[in-house]
Amino acid sequence: MEKARPLWANSLQFVFACISYAVGLGNVWRFPYLCQMYGGGSFLVPYIIMLIVEGMPLLYLELAVGQRMRQGSIGAWRTISPYLSGVGVASVVVSFFLSMYYNVINAWAFWYLFHSFQDPLPWSVCPLNGNHTGYDEECEKASSTQYFWYRKTLNISPSLQENGGVQWEPALCLLLAWLVVYLCILRGTESTGKVVYFTASLPYCVLIIYLIRGLTLHGATNGLMYMFTPKIEQLANPKAWINAATQIFFSLGLGFGSLIAFASYNEPSNNCQKHAIIVSLINSFTSIFASIVTFSIYGFKATFNYENCLKKVSLLLTNTFDLEDGFLTASNLEQVKGYLASAYPSKYSEMFPQIKNCSLESELDTAVQGTGLAFIVYTEAIKNMEVSQLWSVLYFFMLLMLGIGSMLGNTAAILTPLTDSKIISSHLPKEAISGLVCLVNCAIGMVFTMEAGNYWFDIFNDYAATLSLLLIVLVETIAVCYVYGLRRFESDLKAMTGRAVSWYWKVMWAGVSPLLIVSLFVFYLSDYILTGTLKYQAWDASQDDKL
Amino acid sequence: MVAFSMRKVPNREATEISHVLLCNVTQRVSFWFVVTDPSKNHTLPAVEVQSAIRMNKNRINNAFFLNDQTLEFLKIPSTLAPPMDPSVPIWIIIFGVIFCIIIVAIALLILSGIWQRRRKNKEPSEVDDAEDKCENMITIENGIPSDPLDMKGGHINDAFMTEDERLTPL
Repeated sequence: MEKARPLWANSLQFVFACISYAVGLGNVWRFPYLCQMYGGGSFLVPYIIMLIVEGMPLLYLELAVGQRMRQGSIGAWRTISPYLSGVGVASVVVSFFLSMYYNVINAWAFWYLFHSFQDPLPWSVCPLNGNHTGYDEECEKASSTQYFWYRKTLNISPSLQENGGVQWEPALCLLLAWLVVYLCILRGTESTGKVVYFTASLPYCVLIIYLIRGLTLHGATNGLMYMFTPKIEQLANPKAWINAATQIFFSLGLGFGSLIAFASYNEPSNNCQKHAIIVSLINSFTSIFASIVTFSIYGFKATFNYENCLKKVSLLLTNTFDLEDGFLTASNLEQVKGYLASAYPSKYSEMFPQIKNCSLESELDTAVQGTGLAFIVYTEAIKNMEVSQLWSVLYFFMLLMLGIGSMLGNTAAILTPLTDSKIISSHLPKEAISGLVCLVNCAIGMVFTMEAGNYWFDIFNDYAATLSLLLIVLVETIAVCYVYGLRRFESDLKAMTGRAVSWYWKVMWAGVSPLLIVSLFVFYLSDYILTGTLKYQAWDASQDDKL
Repeated sequence: MVAFSMRKVPNREATEISHVLLCNVTQRVSFWFVVTDPSKNHTLPAVEVQSAIRMNKNRINNAFFLNDQTLEFLKIPSTLAPPMDPSVPIWIIIFGVIFCIIIVAIALLILSGIWQRRRKNKEPSEVDDAEDKCENMITIENGIPSDPLDMKGGHINDAFMTEDERLTPL
């Protein structure tokens, strides 16, 4: 008799697992950037439209396939058609690529978390130079948070060619990150099911705390107003629509095989339609929620920097013209500047190059995404809050929960086909297979801890999964609708769950979603071809800026 | 204060307040000063004065309740206090603690998994032994051996097993 397939203890575990997988770092560091670039509040329009047209149908499709076939991605696609087992293999390979580089982010989060238990925070002050008369030069030119990220954390080399050696500190953190992931997936759904209670809910607790703190910060409303004022003309920009579609697509984690893996551990009578809608709605809601928090933090940081800049200019003017202390304030600065320019023209023109033009807008305009947002901008804002150690610990703990939740899904996508296959599972127990996968990934991941590791990370982040996923999901949709047959699939679902499939889903699966994916695919291909040689941004230690 | 600082320098112990001359005093409490050498009647070189002030900067600051940000001597760069550097970086301590916890948890889970599997392997063989013993104990009724039906346990006849999933639910 076959061993019964392990099941989720209750459907709540399944929903939490999907949420924990879908809600990841992209919600925190990519969506606010897109929102800011493509028209603030008006970006929500293409986003929600794409969610309804593309996100929900494709998510429902993947969950339904997994629940029906009750196998991992390789087995599921082989059941649909023996010629399509390559789709499953492709999913596993893409998941493998992703898990290689994604856990490095968790390693960095661990690094920052461990460093948050110091007073003062190590990224708030620059180290001193040789004779203690001033701060380290590289740190002076950049900022202390950038210095801590590029020099202390990454110890980045000037270019991709100069590999450098493996840095032992990030390597240790990477090892720890993989051990934590191994601990969570060790027992399969039994252990994963309990862990996802935490990885799904704790980030929301931290986000709520940050929301309350963020909204009460000085200058937060500046950020919120600036970012959310809709710029309606962006709706006509095709890039906004394309980016909305791409964000929905990748944010839900379609095509990796993780959703199929999770759904395969479901009871056959599970109502996956309801769950698909719930998961996609929660995912988008979290993106918007996180961007409110991010924009209030932006506003705080920008206001803080703007006021610092004003203070520096006032100090400079006070010193040069021997004005009374406290005479210059933010409101009369322009007037006084005008008066001084007319009263002492020669002196003013001498020191004019040193006066920086302080502008709140230019501070707010710095749109950052990715690791820069998470590790530089946020840390800069945190170091200016009171009790910064507490906020820092909370924030990096949240990043860890988000990252580990996504890693659980990725490893499930790799392990489920492996444990399903009779050949491998008869020789090795489940724990050994998980251990082997984690070990191999950890060993390869050491590449990203080298000095040039961040460049490799950028390459993987930008190119490892994008085109392949679009192709995989396109083939998935066509396979289910046309190769397996939409009617047959519909009757399968009806027999399995007892509910009919509404016409809306059928139209989306058969027509709209494949068309959307094809257009995205064509756009990205043409973009790659037209761009020519691919470039990457390098950190120049002498100028302390990105080339 | 300046005279006091100069007095700390060897060979200049005899400096008096009258040897320090001020000029260019402004409203913002800033001024130029020079220290004269009474015997030779010229001003002392800046380097000497600077090094003297630098050594006593802390006392000067404390006397006025100011600090390096509020009391500035031009051309005397203030040395900054180096940040505290503990012998063992704090992050390694926390890393070590969490690392050990995770390793212990993994070991516990793996070991408990192995024990459970061993127990499962022993159980079917124990059940088999019990069944063999039952078969050996044939009760003798009226000299005729008969098998008590209930001792072997029921066998399910597959032909009559209802498959709930094939039938439509009510």
